Amino acid sequence: MKETTMDDIAPPLTRVGIIGWIRMNLFNGVFNSLLTIVIVLFLWYVGPPLIRWLFVNSLWGSTSVACRNAAGACWSVISANYRFILFGFYPYDLQWRPSTAMLVLVCLLLISRNRRLWKKWLLYAWGAGLCCMAVLMQGGVLGLTPVESTQWGGLPLTLLLAIFGLAAAYPLGVLLALGRRSKMPAIKILSIVYIELIRGIPLISMLFMSAIIFPLFLPEGVTINKILRAQVAIIMFTAAYIAEVVRGGLQAIPKGQYEAAETLGLNYVQTMRLIVLPQALKIVIPPSVSILISAFKDTSLVVIIGLYDILKTTQSVLANPEWMGFSSEAFIFLACIYFVCCYTMSNYSRRLERELGV
Amino acid sequence: MDSHIASQPEVSESDVVIEFTDVHKWYGDFHVLRGINLKIHRGERIVICGPSGSGKSTLIRCINRLEEHQRGRIVVSGTELTNNIKNIEKIRAEVGMVFQHFNLFPHLTILENLTLGPVWVRKIPRSEAEKTAMYYLEKVRIAEQARKYPGQLSGGQQQRVAIARSLCMKPDIMLFDEPTSALDPEMVKEVLDVMIRLAQEGMTMIVVSHEMGFAKSVAHRVLFMDFGRIVESNTPGEFFDHPQHERTRLFLSQILH
Ligand SMILES: Nc1ncnc2c1ncn2[C@@H]1O[C@H](COP(=O)(O)OP(=O)(O)OP(=O)(O)O)[C@@H](O)[C@H]1O
Ligand SMILES: [Mg+2]
Repeated sequence: MKETTMDDIAPPLTRVGIIGWIRMNLFNGVFNSLLTIVIVLFLWYVGPPLIRWLFVNSLWGSTSVACRNAAGACWSVISANYRFILFGFYPYDLQWRPSTAMLVLVCLLLISRNRRLWKKWLLYAWGAGLCCMAVLMQGGVLGLTPVESTQWGGLPLTLLLAIFGLAAAYPLGVLLALGRRSKMPAIKILSIVYIELIRGIPLISMLFMSAIIFPLFLPEGVTINKILRAQVAIIMFTAAYIAEVVRGGLQAIPKGQYEAAETLGLNYVQTMRLIVLPQALKIVIPPSVSILISAFKDTSLVVIIGLYDILKTTQSVLANPEWMGFSSEAFIFLACIYFVCCYTMSNYSRRLERELGV
Repeated sequence: MDSHIASQPEVSESDVVIEFTDVHKWYGDFHVLRGINLKIHRGERIVICGPSGSGKSTLIRCINRLEEHQRGRIVVSGTELTNNIKNIEKIRAEVGMVFQHFNLFPHLTILENLTLGPVWVRKIPRSEAEKTAMYYLEKVRIAEQARKYPGQLSGGQQQRVAIARSLCMKPDIMLFDEPTSALDPEMVKEVLDVMIRLAQEGMTMIVVSHEMGFAKSVAHRVLFMDFGRIVESNTPGEFFDHPQHERTRLFLSQILH
């Protein structure tokens, strides 16, 4: 008799090939088979008309009048208004400036994706990039026409609120989390009060407070930029949530790690920086990213205090009688922009998790 | 492991490196240490044994202030342990500690685990710290694993790394809290061998352990603790062959079968 070792045995026939895969994954059991059939039928009925509406019968560069008679989607609402949707009231012939600023930002983000490039020069690059963006947006130097921040709007505003909001909220959240676990009662109580207070208030009311109540406390004649106030509200709000997530990570670090660090003679700051936070933050990457993504989407709430972020500019286009009624197309476009940003974030976090071996 | 490796060290009052005077400690209402009096001399090797919960860990953790005592005095290398941070830092710089569960830093490589203290606490240049680290890794026979992470090593290897990590800080005194009791039996010997070699070099060692073979061959003195007191303290020969107290006899009969 011939001896067969483990690796000699071929896999059972049902497991190989396309048919095998379909059997395994779509038709294993009555319930799954039913589900598969229902889904296929659904796609059969919904898919073709949707594709016809989206692509076949759609208009891409027509006037609004032509759109009214078309059977498909009217993407012309986007192509005719994209400059306003993307840049709001930023002066039309200066819009190359926010475009360039966003390009700089995207480049910096792309470079920062690679962890091997996280060196000193990248920090300087960010510093230079931020100055460059500020100059481009604001103008007033180097012969650039000044543009009031009240005229900023659209995608640059959304990205500004989101990226700086998140970048500032994360370290603040970490500090709050450390504060909440501090042995010093004053710091501990302050952190707890802050976190619980902020978590008990909806973001909308914080934005209202920043826009309406806060200025009442300022002395006559002093005004603080509306965008800055909204930005601060977003930072304070997000930080409280980050703090709670990070606290979860801190609690997962065994006591032995602190003891080993203490025994070596590391002080508190060193212990946190070198031992505890690197491990704790690694654990909380997935929940942190959830918070960052939802914070990103929440920036659209600034419409209620009259900032023209990309949601508000889209709504304004739809309020124009000429383009009224094409809201599906406009919001699909908007959803795509948000999706690209959020998906990039979650994709990156998965990559980071993989690289750090969580 | 049977021949005794050193005779009693020269004993003189000036050589006392650790001194406990009537030390008491409570966890809440629970009286863990009930009047500890103990003098340990430079170069002396002490093994502490006793039933679970008798306060052995608490006792040695008081030496580097991982635990705080509430009454009495503890003096380490001429410095009294008080709430004074400077004193605590000074003492921690001279006392190394090895834990039952190794407590290596899992996010750092073996080499980084070893250089962390020297670089950040002693402010030694990294290249020099790495040289020292490699020296001690050679010594615990694990140099080829320097670039790996703790999770990739066996328990015995991890514990040897933990010992090397403490040694990199050039301590005068080494504390061991049950260094072999989390290890599989076949790995106990490799860790004990490292400790025996450390003993041969004259390190002051305080070891909580139930490895009686190790105690017999290495210790100058064996302490038996029960209910927060040092019940018996004697040379290993006397301790094992002629235990003075009933409780010691009972304990020994249990662990020696
Ligand atoms: N942080 C703490 N809070 C409250 N009680 C504690 C704490 N740590 C230890 N104890 C208690 O103090 C007693 C002595 O603990 P210790 O760890 O010193 O014992 P041990 O002799 O080392 O025992 P083992 O052999 O099990 O390690 C035990 O009863 C334990 O339950
Ligand atoms: Mg113990």
